[in-house]
Amino acid sequence: MLTRLLSGDFPRSRMLSTLLLLILLYLATAPFLFSGARSLNVAATVCVFIVLVASFDLLLGYCGVVSFAHAMFYGIGAYGVAIAMYKMGPTWTAMATGAAAAIAVSVLLSFLIALISLRVKAIFYTMMTLAFGAAFGALVMRLSGITGGDDGRTFRLPEVLTPAFRVFEEPVLGTAINGRVLTYYLIFFVSAALFLLMLRVVNSRFGRVLEAIRENDFRAEAIGYRTLYYRIAINCLAAALATCAGILMALWLRYVGPQTTVGFNVMLNILLMAVIGGLGTVYGAVLGAVLFIVAENYLQSLMGGLSGSLSSVPLLAKLFHPDRWMLWFGLVFVLSVYFFPSGIVGKLRTALPGSKGLR
Amino acid sequence: MAAIESTLTPETATSSPALAALPGRTRDLVPGAIILAFIAMALPVIGSVPTWITLTVAALAMGMMLFIMASGLTLVFGLMDVMNLGHAAFVAVGAYTATLLVGPLRHLLESPSVWASLAAIVAVIAFAMVVTAALGWVYERLFIKPVYGDHLKQILITIGSMIVIEQLVLVIFGANQMLLPLPEAVRGSFLFGDVAIERYRLVAVVVGVVVFIGLTLLLNRTRVGLLIRAGVENRAMVEALGYRIRGIFVGVFVAGSALAGLGGVMWAFYREQFTVAIGAEVLVQMLIIVIIGGLGSVTGCFAGAMLIALSTNYVSFLLPDLALVSNILVMMVVLLWRPQGLYPVHKH
Repeated sequence: MLTRLLSGDFPRSRMLSTLLLLILLYLATAPFLFSGARSLNVAATVCVFIVLVASFDLLLGYCGVVSFAHAMFYGIGAYGVAIAMYKMGPTWTAMATGAAAAIAVSVLLSFLIALISLRVKAIFYTMMTLAFGAAFGALVMRLSGITGGDDGRTFRLPEVLTPAFRVFEEPVLGTAINGRVLTYYLIFFVSAALFLLMLRVVNSRFGRVLEAIRENDFRAEAIGYRTLYYRIAINCLAAALATCAGILMALWLRYVGPQTTVGFNVMLNILLMAVIGGLGTVYGAVLGAVLFIVAENYLQSLMGGLSGSLSSVPLLAKLFHPDRWMLWFGLVFVLSVYFFPSGIVGKLRTALPGSKGLR
Repeated sequence: MAAIESTLTPETATSSPALAALPGRTRDLVPGAIILAFIAMALPVIGSVPTWITLTVAALAMGMMLFIMASGLTLVFGLMDVMNLGHAAFVAVGAYTATLLVGPLRHLLESPSVWASLAAIVAVIAFAMVVTAALGWVYERLFIKPVYGDHLKQILITIGSMIVIEQLVLVIFGANQMLLPLPEAVRGSFLFGDVAIERYRLVAVVVGVVVFIGLTLLLNRTRVGLLIRAGVENRAMVEALGYRIRGIFVGVFVAGSALAGLGGVMWAFYREQFTVAIGAEVLVQMLIIVIIGGLGSVTGCFAGAMLIALSTNYVSFLLPDLALVSNILVMMVVLLWRPQGLYPVHKH
């Protein structure tokens, strides 16, 4: 049962299994574990970003190409649902229409980008995706009639998913089961399903071919695989999954804006999470996303305290200023590319040979 | 470099009759003609001659600044096969160091004399270039040296180092918006009839032309340039002939960083107020320019910068929403025509 569920790809490290179980437990019980909107918000963000980062890992870790357009697909998902529900009202039909349209647009766009840029070297693909991502971001900002421009769009969800909707009159285990909690569980289960789907993909024959292409595309081609087809397919799949993550995020926030979806900073965050977590493992996405989002939400207050206690030392206080947390994450990122190219997961697995991350 | 010069034989150093008999490099004027045709085609679309001239001059100035910023990127890529996405951070460092001199040079910046203003600009540029060159030297050792020959890691490392440098800049200078006032005498515009041309744009055009001519002469008329070009075409052969390619690498990287600093200063003067994202904002345009110019070609970089700046300016006048989209269209058209860029660099 478990083997089927995880597609035979176990964490292969006792420490890693423990961590993953703890994270699963935390995400499954988040509405009951802590009270307060913020902790539930962190948990929902973690769920969404696990899907997003894992789908990015399909490209970077399994295909060996850096795509800077991933945030664009995430943004297409978020905007697709938001615009549909903004224009058509808070109905399930609107949600489904928006989601389907967003996925279709993403797949089509990723197909085009892949077709143009995957024939050439990896570095070219990176630059092309960067250009497309930036152009899309600029377009979102400019077409304010559709997207709301810089202000973004706020929209309403079907009544069942709103905070005012109560499933039970009485609180269960001290938490009121309202539409918000329902939304959370919707996100949680969809994310879990998508995550297991990705495990299934990378452990299929298709995933093995991808790994072969990553390790030596010339040889893969020589064996008789059409590497371009495989690369295009994984690009479309990763784009569709990122779009799903965007849809979930929009549903959770009930808002969509350029800074939180298509901005370059989102893309950087995805990259940081994927590399720090561990490339080419899918599980790395879980650890990377949890570490990053928890740090984003809680490290800042920690650094604020540290900065306050160091306020007599001029430069150190500035270095530990809460707004400078990206400095430390950037350093961790650079160091992990040098010294732990396989990320946290790779480090935890080093007892067992056979797992390779970034070459 | 002294060691390099002493190993050169007299035959290659002086022009001998045998050299004159060699087939010269064919000059490819088609991209230049296309740029001129592009400018001419814009006139009927825009409809008004003064607007057209103003837009074109503005585009030339912007193109010069983009060229200065992107030239370092293309040189480094051409010679070392390193795509330094952290280049954008050097632009930001150049812009930020320029603000340091605003205080000390106050009387020069505020004086109405043109020469005082130009002297102030030159001083600021020199200072910023020295700082970014030094930073480039350290950066090459810390970040680039361990990842030569590995594109995937280069992309990751240089993006990471861009974050780190930008954050360090914020630590030192604070997160507020920075101001870099234009010197008094280069403010305002010249009026030729209905045509208004900002004075600073002329300065930018002059600096850009000087950099372009300087780089072209350096690459085509000096021994160092000969070695760089030879290194671009065939690194192993240059090494086999006994030159230390590593020294040339570092030199080019430092020069590229200094050019980014120069571009940063010019761009910051143009913007007058900026944040740390000043470089990252144009990173995409720089990359497009480097791609369509032909990776490693300075001439191509110049032509690409002009094309991109012209299309940006014309399109943002006609259809403001689609400026960046037009850049991508230009890139696709150019790559369909010449997949290796406007001026392809032949590598072995």
